[in-house]
Amino acid sequence: MSSCRKALLTLALMAVAGLVSAQGTSKYPGVGRNATPKEVAAWDIDVRPDFKGLPVGSGTVAKGQDVWEAKCAQCHGVFGESNEVFNPLIGGTTADDVKTGRVAKLMDPAGGRTTFMKVASLSTVWDYINRAMPWTAPKSLTTDEVYSVTAFLLNLAGIVPDNFTLSNKNMGEVQARMPNRNGMQTKHAMWPGDEFGGTKKADTANVACMKNCSTEPTVASFLPDFARDAHGNLMEQNRIVGPQRGADTSKPEGKASAPGAATSAPVVVAQAATDTKTGAKADGAGIDSKAALALATKNGCTVCHGVSNKIVGPAFSDVAKKHAGKADYLAGKIKSGGSGLWGPIPMPPQTLSDADAKTIAAWLASGAPK
Amino acid sequence: MVNGMVKAAKVFTMDEIMRLPSVSRFHFIECGANTAAEWGNVAVPTVQYTHGMISCSEFTGVPLITLLELAGADLKNGKFVLAEGGDGSSMTRTIPMSLILSGEVIVAYGQNGEMLRPENGYPLRLVVPGVQGVSWVKYLRRVEVGDKPYATKDEAIHYIDLQPDGTHRQYTNLQECKSVVTTPSGGQVLLDKGFYNITGLAWSGKGKIRAVDVSVDGGRNWRPARLETPVLSKALSRFNIDWVWDGKPAIIQSRATDDTGFVQPTYKQLRAVRGTRSIYHNNAIQSWLVQENGEIKNVQLS
Repeated sequence: MSSCRKALLTLALMAVAGLVSAQGTSKYPGVGRNATPKEVAAWDIDVRPDFKGLPVGSGTVAKGQDVWEAKCAQCHGVFGESNEVFNPLIGGTTADDVKTGRVAKLMDPAGGRTTFMKVASLSTVWDYINRAMPWTAPKSLTTDEVYSVTAFLLNLAGIVPDNFTLSNKNMGEVQARMPNRNGMQTKHAMWPGDEFGGTKKADTANVACMKNCSTEPTVASFLPDFARDAHGNLMEQNRIVGPQRGADTSKPEGKASAPGAATSAPVVVAQAATDTKTGAKADGAGIDSKAALALATKNGCTVCHGVSNKIVGPAFSDVAKKHAGKADYLAGKIKSGGSGLWGPIPMPPQTLSDADAKTIAAWLASGAPK
Repeated sequence: MVNGMVKAAKVFTMDEIMRLPSVSRFHFIECGANTAAEWGNVAVPTVQYTHGMISCSEFTGVPLITLLELAGADLKNGKFVLAEGGDGSSMTRTIPMSLILSGEVIVAYGQNGEMLRPENGYPLRLVVPGVQGVSWVKYLRRVEVGDKPYATKDEAIHYIDLQPDGTHRQYTNLQECKSVVTTPSGGQVLLDKGFYNITGLAWSGKGKIRAVDVSVDGGRNWRPARLETPVLSKALSRFNIDWVWDGKPAIIQSRATDDTGFVQPTYKQLRAVRGTRSIYHNNAIQSWLVQENGEIKNVQLS
């Protein structure tokens, strides 16, 4: 009896020891737990090209058409031709492609590419519809609906007949009819590792030549003039400080002879504010245009403002039009600077004398006459 | 969740993942289609449009291999890993096992010292250094170990590279050695003649940048640029070089070499192999034409 009890105790101790050593095999005890079979079943939904993961089910072309028109056609078009947002799914494949497994139209340099021209693996189509469609309610299709929609697409692509029923049993047969099934290759050096048995040799082998290298520094391709403003005004996409500015693509390119002139910085011109000898009065009457413009030049205003043309800031004539008669406002604005009224590029506060500011403002308020 | 070819499928909570030993590393993430518009000819005006789909951050997280080992993954027969996101489409990609085994692939929860932002994949995203951004699965919810690749939508319909013979290359993951001058660059206007600091970025999906050379005469003569430190593996490296502009037309280029000895190719070399319809993985040398009026244009040579 006692020996029996001793044996039991030993067994129990061994069990405890076993437990301890089992826990000891993890470097990080207490981290992670086993997933339940139900959790794995709910999450592990992927289907591989060899159809591992494909659930049992089936669906007809006819039923697929119903589902398609109810849930898919809004985005992809009734015939899979799609709209301006989504790429076409169907088109560009032929009966001959189904025989050869290579889509001939892929050799057409001008041709677009539809999904069925590209895809080699039927599993990809099934898996993506199942996991991601419809866009507004992913994973809401039943398994049979996924088979049905896949069957409908295969029918549109001329791969299966109108009366076809697609199921987990005949996916392999349909795979053997996919138009571009032989159109993929993995013989390249772009996968890190040798799992695909590709090559380690890169596509190109340039050498770092340093002097008198054999090249033809001639321009073979550039953006045509009409595309100058196709990506918005590049001036507004660049910094307004530093060694360069963005090109003002809202107007034709400047002449080749004058770098700097057309695109100078909106810098603060810290010139000593001196009173003008002309003693121009800011009373609106008897505006001395020449004197005002001379002041604007002296104070650096004309770096950014043309008399009648926009440079970095608006033309004086445009400012005059917008703020006619508002001499006090303009005088204040010259001193305080600002941004937003004429675009995002700010005008810095200007450090000229009050008298100069008033003279220039009065000239602007009176229409900036030449 | 970690499942597939494992001893026991495992569930890890965020709390648990953040208890594990973490690593913090700087890596670039570049879209496989960065510079895609330029395969055939010049199509866009500025460096933002030609090379803008790239960034470089510090990522913090747990090496994926740690989680695979905790689940008892069969690392001998399990040659591929599927990563799956928790977004609406449960986006999936096949991840290269060699980068997982090397400890480089990270299950990241931090970026630049803060938790991942929602648009960057909060709470978890995969970091796959040197591989195109589409593989850096956001909102990561599951990884599965398998013995075959998965041909997911983004490796069977998109992100496949059309070759001149009409075949598509599948599973093209690497972002090969590449560089670009960011200043002066297309759409900018130099304010005057004289001194300029040419600056730009270089990177390689295979390792560190070893050297960057810069040409201002369209590739006839080159000078080595200064590489700013630290130069990190599979991260952006900035380079600088002095230049005095004489006011005459100039064509500025940069050419990077990585620590495998691979030299960034010219358009001519790249197109000779891949044609012009590949869309993805354009790492050709970029040319910027400085015109006499100071305005800089995106151009291609030969």
